[in-house]
Amino acid sequence: MKKVILRPSLFALFFILFSICAYSQDAKTDSTATASAENTEAASSVVPGGDPAKGEKLFKSLCAACHKPYERAVGPALHGVVNKYDGDFEWLYAWIKNSQKLIKSGDSRAVAIYEEYNQTAMNAFPQLSNQDIDNILAYVEQPKPEPKVAVADNAAVGGQAQGNQISTDLILAILSFVLLLLVVILYLVNKTLNRFAEVNGVQLKSEDGQPRKPLWKAYAENGFLVLVTAVIFLLGTAWFGYGYLMQVGVDQGYEPIQPIHYSHRIHAGENKIDCKYCHSSARVSKHSGIPSLNVCMNCHKQIAEVAPETQAKGKEEFNVDYNAEIVKLYEAVGWDKTTQSYTGETKPVKWVRLHNLPDLAYFNHSQHVTVGQIECQTCHGPVEEMEVMYQHAPLTMGWCINCHRETNVKVKDNGYYTKIHEELSKKYNVEEFTAADMGGIECGKCHY
Amino acid sequence: MSSNKKYWKNPEELNADSSVIEAIQAKEFTEDLPSKSQIREEESQDESSTSRRDFLKYVGFSTAAATLAACEGPVIKSIPYVFQPERIVPGVADYYATTMADGYDFSSVLVKTREGRPIKIEWNDKSKAKAAGGARVHASVLSLYDTKRLQNPMIDGADVTWKTFDNAVKKELDAVGEKPIVFLTQTFASPSTQKLIEDFKTKYPTTKHITYDAVSEHSMLEAFKAKYGVRALPNYDFSKAESTVSVGADILGDWQGGGFDADYSKSRVPQNGKMSKHIQFEANLTTTGANADERVPAKPSVQKNVLLEIYRQISGEVSVSPKLGAKYKKAATQAAKHLKKAGSKAIFVTGIQDKAAQAMALAINESLGSQVIDTENYRLVRQGNDDAVKTLIKDMNAGKVGALISCGVNPAYALPEADQFISGLKKVKCSVSFAMSKHKTAMLSKYVAATPHYLESWGDVQMTKNHFALTQPTIQKIFNTRQFQDCLLKWSDNDEKYYDYLKNSFSQYANGVKWNTALHDGVFEAKNEVSTEETEENSASTSAQSLGQMISGFNSNSSKGDFELTLYTKAAMGDGKGANNPWLQEFPDAITRNTWDNYLTISKTDADKLGLENRVTSKGAIDGDLVNITLGKTTLSNVPVMVQPGQAPGSIGLALGYGQVEGLQDEMKVGVNAYPLYKDFSNIQGVNIKKTSGNHEFASLQLQNTMAGRKDIIVETSLADYVNKDKEKWNPTPVFSKDHQEYPFDSPKVDLWQEFDRSIGHHFNLSIDLNACTGCGACVIACHSENNVPVVGKAEVRNNRNMHWLRIDRYYSAGDTFDEEQKRYEDDSALEHHRRVEVESFDNPQVAFQPVMCQHCNHAPCETVCPVGAIGHGRQGQNQMTYNRCIGTRYCGNNCPYKVRRFNWFRYNKNDEFDYHMNNDLGRMVLNPDVTVRSRGVMEKCSMCIQMTQKAILDAKRDGRPVKDEEFQTACSNACDSGALVFGDKNDKSSVVYEKLQDDRKFYLLGYLGVEPNVFYQTKIVNREEV
Repeated sequence: MKKVILRPSLFALFFILFSICAYSQDAKTDSTATASAENTEAASSVVPGGDPAKGEKLFKSLCAACHKPYERAVGPALHGVVNKYDGDFEWLYAWIKNSQKLIKSGDSRAVAIYEEYNQTAMNAFPQLSNQDIDNILAYVEQPKPEPKVAVADNAAVGGQAQGNQISTDLILAILSFVLLLLVVILYLVNKTLNRFAEVNGVQLKSEDGQPRKPLWKAYAENGFLVLVTAVIFLLGTAWFGYGYLMQVGVDQGYEPIQPIHYSHRIHAGENKIDCKYCHSSARVSKHSGIPSLNVCMNCHKQIAEVAPETQAKGKEEFNVDYNAEIVKLYEAVGWDKTTQSYTGETKPVKWVRLHNLPDLAYFNHSQHVTVGQIECQTCHGPVEEMEVMYQHAPLTMGWCINCHRETNVKVKDNGYYTKIHEELSKKYNVEEFTAADMGGIECGKCHY
Repeated sequence: MSSNKKYWKNPEELNADSSVIEAIQAKEFTEDLPSKSQIREEESQDESSTSRRDFLKYVGFSTAAATLAACEGPVIKSIPYVFQPERIVPGVADYYATTMADGYDFSSVLVKTREGRPIKIEWNDKSKAKAAGGARVHASVLSLYDTKRLQNPMIDGADVTWKTFDNAVKKELDAVGEKPIVFLTQTFASPSTQKLIEDFKTKYPTTKHITYDAVSEHSMLEAFKAKYGVRALPNYDFSKAESTVSVGADILGDWQGGGFDADYSKSRVPQNGKMSKHIQFEANLTTTGANADERVPAKPSVQKNVLLEIYRQISGEVSVSPKLGAKYKKAATQAAKHLKKAGSKAIFVTGIQDKAAQAMALAINESLGSQVIDTENYRLVRQGNDDAVKTLIKDMNAGKVGALISCGVNPAYALPEADQFISGLKKVKCSVSFAMSKHKTAMLSKYVAATPHYLESWGDVQMTKNHFALTQPTIQKIFNTRQFQDCLLKWSDNDEKYYDYLKNSFSQYANGVKWNTALHDGVFEAKNEVSTEETEENSASTSAQSLGQMISGFNSNSSKGDFELTLYTKAAMGDGKGANNPWLQEFPDAITRNTWDNYLTISKTDADKLGLENRVTSKGAIDGDLVNITLGKTTLSNVPVMVQPGQAPGSIGLALGYGQVEGLQDEMKVGVNAYPLYKDFSNIQGVNIKKTSGNHEFASLQLQNTMAGRKDIIVETSLADYVNKDKEKWNPTPVFSKDHQEYPFDSPKVDLWQEFDRSIGHHFNLSIDLNACTGCGACVIACHSENNVPVVGKAEVRNNRNMHWLRIDRYYSAGDTFDEEQKRYEDDSALEHHRRVEVESFDNPQVAFQPVMCQHCNHAPCETVCPVGAIGHGRQGQNQMTYNRCIGTRYCGNNCPYKVRRFNWFRYNKNDEFDYHMNNDLGRMVLNPDVTVRSRGVMEKCSMCIQMTQKAILDAKRDGRPVKDEEFQTACSNACDSGALVFGDKNDKSSVVYEKLQDDRKFYLLGYLGVEPNVFYQTKIVNREEV
């Protein structure tokens, strides 16, 4: 008897031990170390008198369009430029202030670099003082931040995630253990009480000796109850059945994994790029068009990496490495980052199509976007907040029709409507007309 | 109504007791549901291993499986361009001007491309020269996506690379030595190609170039050369004609290159009470004869004498009148009088392939001072030289030819002496064939160069002396093909691309026209001296013979044989280049309404004599007897017979271009090859025919879609009545009587329906002018192409299941049955009446063409009977068929008085049973992405091209401007260059269609039904003026 009671508590002990072990993993300390002080030191040894902090500001406002400190962009990587020209600061000043002048003077080093970069002229910056240039050079000559930091970050993030996982499991385990315990206790109590009753001679059966009528039998004999249940059951089946059937083919919330993790949140939300910048055919065509990769490259020739904060956020919140996604883009479009040129080897991206209207329905984007001046968000939802694009609207016919019934046609300043609008308002004595009033819910307008 | 004329489509309808006709007219669908007895017959249940229980199990399981499978949507991938070309916007069509020039059809066209693939052909309005059949040009886009196309160059039947091919051919050409290298090509009419061949001669001096046309115009070319010094064809502008007399010339068909129909129609529409007069002498009933005011059936030997008589009367040079029956003599005299009266506005043409005949025609026009014929700006679209071809065959057999390079021609199939050509080809060491398919000549040649379709090629065409056109590619080459011209450049060690060569030679003759402008427009004009090639063969064949000498020799060769055969080409097949094109195969002949076939046409008199007949089956399908045709030693066996009203007794007709076997899909191997009868390139032959046993099943539309036996389908009148009498006399408004008072049919008082106000916005109407419609059928193919209409195949057409949204009904009626004649009929005895209607209308019927598509009734009978509301009516006037709602009850088809609704009995796409273009990925590229491909079990019909009107409206909305009248088009109105179909917005008072609506000639098809169609017709006016 006692043994039986003791056994569950043994289990409990096991669980508690386990959980302590798991918790100990969280105790791992963060060993991130900053090296900013060292960096500054290193830079000042190359560029005496330069202030990297001021230089960073100038670099970002003037140079970053064409240069990167550690990588080639339109122009060469700037890190190491001082050593490249043997600390000839005067030459560097002259080049930065007006490179063309230097080239024209026939300076051999100037001509060499000009030729190397396919005669791409660098802007002149006469507004910069020598001190400014020193500051910029000091900034770019800082040693490249060690990637170790990122690795440590990674480990930390990973560890964190793991810890969270275990703690949730633990709560569940404890809960289930408690429940199990309760069941066992109830069973034992019931058993003990029965035994007591037996020992004390308490009669458990009903008085007439007959077993009590089981509940189900009583229920089955009550015609009214059965009827009510049946009706409720049938109505419920019909309700859920209908609901089920109506969602067949409706893919609202469809959120497939795309071959490249493209974040609308960053592009449309944070950077506020107009939808129609990339989806330009929405203005003139029935299709909104998935932008071709050369459109991406309009910006991403320059942007090979996202800002560190963005990268960190991506890793933390969405478990995605944005920089790796940009690399995927480069692979697809055949862009060689080092030579800053197209290799010609392309791998077209197979996006998963989200919004699938059946072939029997004709939809034209330009009608809605250009003529109707409807916001993209009306149908596509808060795209600027979507990290991964999903289908916002149900795209059912009822949804289309409702909108056509409620939305007024934008007749103002559109020469096409002038005559029709005049005649209609004269006839019906109203100013505004919905799309439905104009014949927008006729079958043949979308089905042909 | 206007007359009690009896209109009929098939001779069986003349038989008052025919139970078949009654049955056909009473039903929309000729088939009954399978009856019990049929089921028992068909299902031999005892033999079946599947029991009923098993069957139910399978059904249950498959239903459950299908249901489960249907719940999960498929994952659809979208793959955008990596680098999007600037001009291509997905979803927006681009148009390119280019030129079709396949050696038979020469036409400047606009090509509609979507996402980089051509999907439709339209006319290029800028072009002033055309020599082509409208249906064939519109269908040519489908040949681009033909799975039977050659995909690689071949040596001895094995695919090779171009490099191997070039090396092998060059080696052979270098080894030819003294023997000539002969180019046997189609008519290119291409200045740059001609220059290229000249260049080729510098490397291979033994090169000869022979142009060969399968269907030849050699006689006119020679006659023209004798008179005007240039081997070319005269040009005609029939819009200037006041009087046209034709002896056997199918001027609305492919005669002298064709393409005259648009101009012809212009002179046929009465304006200010005037229209041209057209007299036609012919043996076969052609669309030209059908459109003529007076048609005289005359067998070819009679035609020759008629020609002589007219020549005699006009030129006065021949003193002896030829032997002619009184009837023909009178007709010929009448014709001559008409010509003389019209003077410079008259034109005389003939289709007799004889140098003397053509020379006489030129002489007649000269003495008339005709302004219709243009001998200055002559046509260059036919250059074939029969004599040179004959010499070549002799040389080949004598082993005198070193290499034969053929391009765009299939002589092994299309030469009358094909067997001699084949035996000669075996003696030629190096045979190269430039071909698009594995046709017979290609299969017999050692080297086969795969050539691209014209939509993938560069080129230039000199249509007439002054009118040029450019060909440009509209799609990347689909297969590993190379143009003839590029190969010539390679073989003559020229590293240039043909594109550059073309540009260079263009700059030499274009007289300052800019290349980009010319390419954009597709056509340009340049006054130039033509440089027709003068090979020894060409000049040798022109003997200096005076006209008088020619005439004395004319007609001396009386034809042998019992029957005079006239070979002709059909609007669908032409010379046979489009044989693998299902659109063309299923295109109904304008006259016989037959699809998928050629056949011997014979007059009723002769058919009765030989015991030949056509039988009508209970479903309205037509069967025919078979005959053997013998010409000398050549016999064509088992040629089906079609008894043809209007066929001149003693004459028979047979179409060329059919009966090909090589390089065709099995389904397309139809008809008999008539080329063996085309001896000496003459379209007239004396032959014997003999009935054989057997029965041929035609896929004919003659008895399909009858309007339930309703009368007064066509309104027709004479020019005199039209001019002199009140409109109500010749085009009365149908009236209804209510409370003993008569109301016009469109009065709201006698209407079942309530009228809906459509006065605001657009209200589309289509006007069809029966005078301008020549029955060419370009609209039918354009509709096919625009609306993804499926091809159903021969068996299903026969089964009354063709899917054409637009049909061109052809009605026969007795020759003269207007007013006075009408009275006479009433006085006639029953026997006499029968003789008149049956015999006269059979011998020489009056023909009327009537394009019929959905009439888009405002009070549509189909809309009210649909149990699921799948048919709605738009406020713009369209009767809108919603496929996804349709459950296929077919009530609408049954209730449609015009029989224009088509039911999808099967799924015609992705179905191996219908292995046409919709059953393979390549062929499906031609589909219009804006129009749904219909599935099995739904009704479909003409939508009035709502996708096109919607696009026009959207374009205007986007630009913020009103729509221009000419922007509203349908596929058919766009394809109709003769102006018969005019589409537009009737609420726009300045539109052409509004003007047409006010015309007195306007009538509604079956207007008395009061269904208020949005399609209306213009009364057919026949010019019966006598001089």
